[in-house]
Amino acid sequence: MKKVRLATVWLDGCSGCHMSLLDIDAAIIPVTQQADIVYGPLVDAQEFPEDVDITLVEGAVSSQDDLNKIQKIRAHTRVLVALGDCAVTGNVPSMRNSIPVSRLLQRIYVEGARENRGVPSDGVPQLLKQACPLQDYVQVDLHVPGCPPSAQAILAVVSDFLAGRKPEVGSKVKFG
Amino acid sequence: MPAKEVSIRIDGELVRATEGQTVLEAARASGKYIPTLCYLEGLSAVGACRLCIVQASGTDRLLPACTTPVQDGMSVITNSPKLAEYRRITIELLLVERNHVCAVCVSNGRCELQSMAKSLGVTHVRYPYNYPNLPVDMSHERFVLDHNRCILCTRCVRVCAELEGAHVWEVTSRGIHARLVSDLNQAWGEARSCTSCGKCVQSCPTGALAEKGRAVEEMQKRNDNISSLAVRRGVLA
Repeated sequence: MKKVRLATVWLDGCSGCHMSLLDIDAAIIPVTQQADIVYGPLVDAQEFPEDVDITLVEGAVSSQDDLNKIQKIRAHTRVLVALGDCAVTGNVPSMRNSIPVSRLLQRIYVEGARENRGVPSDGVPQLLKQACPLQDYVQVDLHVPGCPPSAQAILAVVSDFLAGRKPEVGSKVKFG
Repeated sequence: MPAKEVSIRIDGELVRATEGQTVLEAARASGKYIPTLCYLEGLSAVGACRLCIVQASGTDRLLPACTTPVQDGMSVITNSPKLAEYRRITIELLLVERNHVCAVCVSNGRCELQSMAKSLGVTHVRYPYNYPNLPVDMSHERFVLDHNRCILCTRCVRVCAELEGAHVWEVTSRGIHARLVSDLNQAWGEARSCTSCGKCVQSCPTGALAEKGRAVEEMQKRNDNISSLAVRRGVLA
């Protein structure tokens, strides 16, 4: 049987959702028997592949780089899952949203810095005006809130997809 | 004169109620669950949150159960796909209006808005977030008011006026600009009518009012105490 092509992505988040994914522990073995993890922070691939069945996306869309990534991911993924509060609501990254970006950078990199004062510009992606949930930019097929979502919830979602079922997450997850 | 008994149907079941009772009170007395947020037993009901909406025979309008008096012969439906959908919309609109960042909230895990979202199956919102720039009032010696988490349920306003008798809290402005204010729009710490009793904090369903020094997930509220005290004192009598 052809294996399911599974990807995970880390945008503006703390990697806690990926930690929670790893917390499924030994259950990762049956998952990898049915699915290949073709992209993500846990594997080596550098470029997002052309043809992915399921992508779990952690983090909000905060920078131009995040935006480019999520659009590419959407174009090459059949099922896109917003994993965790940052991807679903904006969460902690969105707490900057009422502050103008220039003011924010000035406060942190100039007023808040003891040495090497100055807003970095080379080699770092430009921040968007606000950090927003994925759904503000792309169609999301399933929302799995939580900070982070529990390992059980993530495993249930992945297992349901692998078994060809549409996951029911409503009662298993909560914000925060 | 004893209160007149009336008969109503709740979800098809015949229920005896007393004239003057609300649909919510009659439903709860007969063991029926209707979700609520702004309602707190023992205090007056204001129908602010719209979560307790029900369908009643003879009208297309959805009625808030907490402020609708029972009428003899009325028939109400407390749960249906339509009501569930409107209740989810209500929760979603509350979530987008201000900054409810559960992950870093003192009430995370103990918040009525958060648990209501879960029980109604709200996994995301379908509206753009408002991300308003709102202040946090830290001026009181013992308590904090975080406008980011306030849903304007007015439980604090009512408990302070009706149970404590101090009437520190009020809501100013309208619509999206509505804000909770203490005394004559002063900082809470300068509100001279505040007795620092903390009833507002205990009544608050979210992390909007909290004890100072509480970290994430640490603020446990005891609004059951508020209700039993209000009922025993006969606030509504």
